[in-house]
Amino acid sequence: MQKTGRTMLAKIWDQHVIARLSEDTDLLHIDRHLLHDLGGSRGLLDLKSRGLKVHNPELTFATPDHALSTAPGRAGTSKIGLELLAALRVETSASGITLFDVDQPGQGIVHVIGPELGLSLPGATIVCGDSHTCTHGGLGALAFGIGSSELTHVLATQALIQRRPKTLRARFEGKLPLGVTAKDMILALIGHIGAAGGTGYAVEYAGSAIRELPIEGRLTICNLSIELGAKMGMVAPDEKTFEFLRGRPYAPKGEMWDLAVKAWRELPSDADAVFDREVVIDVTKIIPQVTWGISPEHVIGVDGKIPDPKSVDDPARRAAIETALEYMGLQGGAPIAGTPVDWVFIGSCTNSRLSDLRAAAEVARGRKVAAGVRAWVVPGSENVKRDAVAEGLDKIFVEAGFEWREPGCSMCLAANGEVVAPGQRSVSTSNRNFVGRQGPRARTHLASPASAAASAIAGAIADVRMMGR
Amino acid sequence: MPKPFDKLTATAAPIMRSNIDTDVIIRIERLVGNSIRGTLGKWAFGSLRYLPDGSENPEFILNREPYREAEILVTGPNFGCGSSREGAVWSLQERGIRAIIGSGFGDIFFANCFQNGILPIIVDKAVVDSLAADIEATQGAGKVSIDLEAQSIVSPSGKQHSFDIDPRRREGLLKGLDEVALTLQRDNEIHAFQAADRTARPWIHSTRTSA
Ligand code: SF4
Repeated sequence: MQKTGRTMLAKIWDQHVIARLSEDTDLLHIDRHLLHDLGGSRGLLDLKSRGLKVHNPELTFATPDHALSTAPGRAGTSKIGLELLAALRVETSASGITLFDVDQPGQGIVHVIGPELGLSLPGATIVCGDSHTCTHGGLGALAFGIGSSELTHVLATQALIQRRPKTLRARFEGKLPLGVTAKDMILALIGHIGAAGGTGYAVEYAGSAIRELPIEGRLTICNLSIELGAKMGMVAPDEKTFEFLRGRPYAPKGEMWDLAVKAWRELPSDADAVFDREVVIDVTKIIPQVTWGISPEHVIGVDGKIPDPKSVDDPARRAAIETALEYMGLQGGAPIAGTPVDWVFIGSCTNSRLSDLRAAAEVARGRKVAAGVRAWVVPGSENVKRDAVAEGLDKIFVEAGFEWREPGCSMCLAANGEVVAPGQRSVSTSNRNFVGRQGPRARTHLASPASAAASAIAGAIADVRMMGR
Repeated sequence: MPKPFDKLTATAAPIMRSNIDTDVIIRIERLVGNSIRGTLGKWAFGSLRYLPDGSENPEFILNREPYREAEILVTGPNFGCGSSREGAVWSLQERGIRAIIGSGFGDIFFANCFQNGILPIIVDKAVVDSLAADIEATQGAGKVSIDLEAQSIVSPSGKQHSFDIDPRRREGLLKGLDEVALTLQRDNEIHAFQAADRTARPWIHSTRTSA
C-alpha cells in the first residue's frame, strides 16, 4: 500500500486514542471539558445520582452564559436562571472544578473564554455540551459539541467514544475584498455546499485567505462549521496562533511553552495528505452575505434578490422557499437590501470578540441608530467587555444609540428572557436563523458585525460597502 | 441506561420538510432547568403543533389520527441539525417516538438518539420517499415494521428495505448497554494513557500550576 501524508485530524485523533473499540470507533481522551449554566449542573447532578465522581476536575472548567440576563446588574435573570447559576456554583465547588463566575475576568460565552484564557490549545481535544464547540478549532484544536449523555460520560471518564469522521478540506483562496469578513466567507461556503454539506465530516479550513485571517476571524469561521452540518472544524496552527496564545493565563509558560510549540508545529496536515472531499472558494468574488430564510444555507449577497419560488422547478425546493418566505414575511424576487428591520443584535460566540466590536464601532462611530430600531451590543466575555471599555468602544456605541450590555449569550438563543418579539425582524451577528431561535416567530437575518451595524444605522438591511468607510 | 430496542411495528408519521433543526423539535425555554425530564413530550415540535393562541394546529401531522399515536417518524434530509440539546431526543421519546427513518441526520442528534435507546436509521432518499408514499396511501393506517437484528424495514404495503448500521451501535441498542459503565471498566487504560501523556504533553495536564 502506498503511504500518503496524514491530515491534521488524523494526527490529533491518533494521539488521543486510549483504546480502539472497532475499525472506526475509538475511546478518545478528552483534554478540556467546558461546562455552562444550561447543562453543567445537570451533568454533575446526574453523575452524583450514579454514585460517580468527576474523573479529572482539573481538566474541567465552567462559566455561566446561556441563562444569564445581560441587563446591567444581571437584573433580568429569571428565577430558574438564578437556580441554575446557584446549582452550577454549588456543584462545581463540590467537585473541585474552576468556575469563572459572574463579573469575574474569565466569565463569558464558553466559546469566547476558552481561547481567550488559553484553555483551548492546538492539538487538544475539547468538548462542551454545546454544538458551537467547533469554534475552538480555530486554534487547531479538535473541538466538538456533545449531548447530555456524552457530557456525563466525559465527567465520569475524561474520555469519549467517537467514530472517526470523514475529512473535508475547504480552501479559501485569494485576497478578501474590502468590507468582507470571516463571517461572510463562511456564510458563502454554507450557501455553496448547503446546511448538510459537512454532515459526517471534520472540516479543515485552509488556503491563503485563511492564513491571512487573524485568529478571531478563524474562530468565527470554525464557529459556523456546525451550520454546515460538521460537528468539527479546524484551522492549522501557525505563528499567528502561537502569538495569540502566548502569555494567556492558562497557556503553558517557560520551557513548557517551548515544548508545546514544538509539538504544535507538527500538527498541520502533511502536504500530500488526502481528504475525502475538497471544496475551493474564490474569496475575491464574495460580497457581504445576509440570510433571507430559516436555514443558514438560505443566504445571498447583500446586493442580491430574495429567491423567487415561481422560478424554481423542483417542487420540494419551491415549497421549502415558500415556507421560508412566509415565515420571514418576505417577497420572492425583491432585493434584500432595504428590508426594514426592528432589531439589531451584535454578539454571540460567532461575533462578540474585540475585533468584532471594533468593526461594528467603526461603522457606528459618529452616526445614529435609525429611529424605531433597537440595537444591542453584547460583548462575548467580561474580558472583552473590559478591553472594549478601555478603548472607548462602549461610548461610541452608546452615543450612536446602541445599548451596551453585560457578557452572555443573550438574544442568540433567547433562553434568558431576551427575545425578539413575534413578527419582528432582526439583523443578528449570531449563527442560527432557525424558526423561533430568537423568540417565537422572530425573524432573523444573519450577517457580519459591520453589516449589522450598518443595518442599525440605515434602519434596514444595508450594504456596509456603501457606508463610505 | 437506555431501554433495549429490537423489533417495532407501529404507526409511522412522515415529516418530510428538510433541515428540521433541534430548535424546531424543542424550544430552548422548555429546557431551562434541572427537573425537565417528563415535561417535554407535550412541547415536541411545539412551533408546528400549536397555533399562536396555544390551540392545536389541525394541519400538523402529529395532531391528526392515526398519526397522533406514531412511534416512528419518517423524516426529510438533515433532520435534527443544529443545537446539541439532547432535550430534542428526550421530547420525542416522551412523545412516544422510538425510531426515526431519514436520509440524513444532524451528527450530534444522531449520537444522542442512541444514548436514549432511540433508533435512527439512515437509508437512501428514494427509500424514504417510497416509505412516506406507502404510509400516506393508507392514510397512516398501515404500520411500519423495523427489525434491528435483521436490519430491515417493512413498509405498509409489504415492501422490504434493508439498512446499514454501525455494529457497535446496533449491539448497544439491542442490549441497552450503559456506555459509562462500559468505559469505566477500562479505567486502568484511561489512567495508563494519562500517565504516559503527562510526559508527552505536560502542558495539557498541568492546568493548575500554569494559571
Ligand atoms: S452565543 Fe448562542 S450559539 Fe453561542 S454558545 Fe451561546 S447560545 Fe450557543
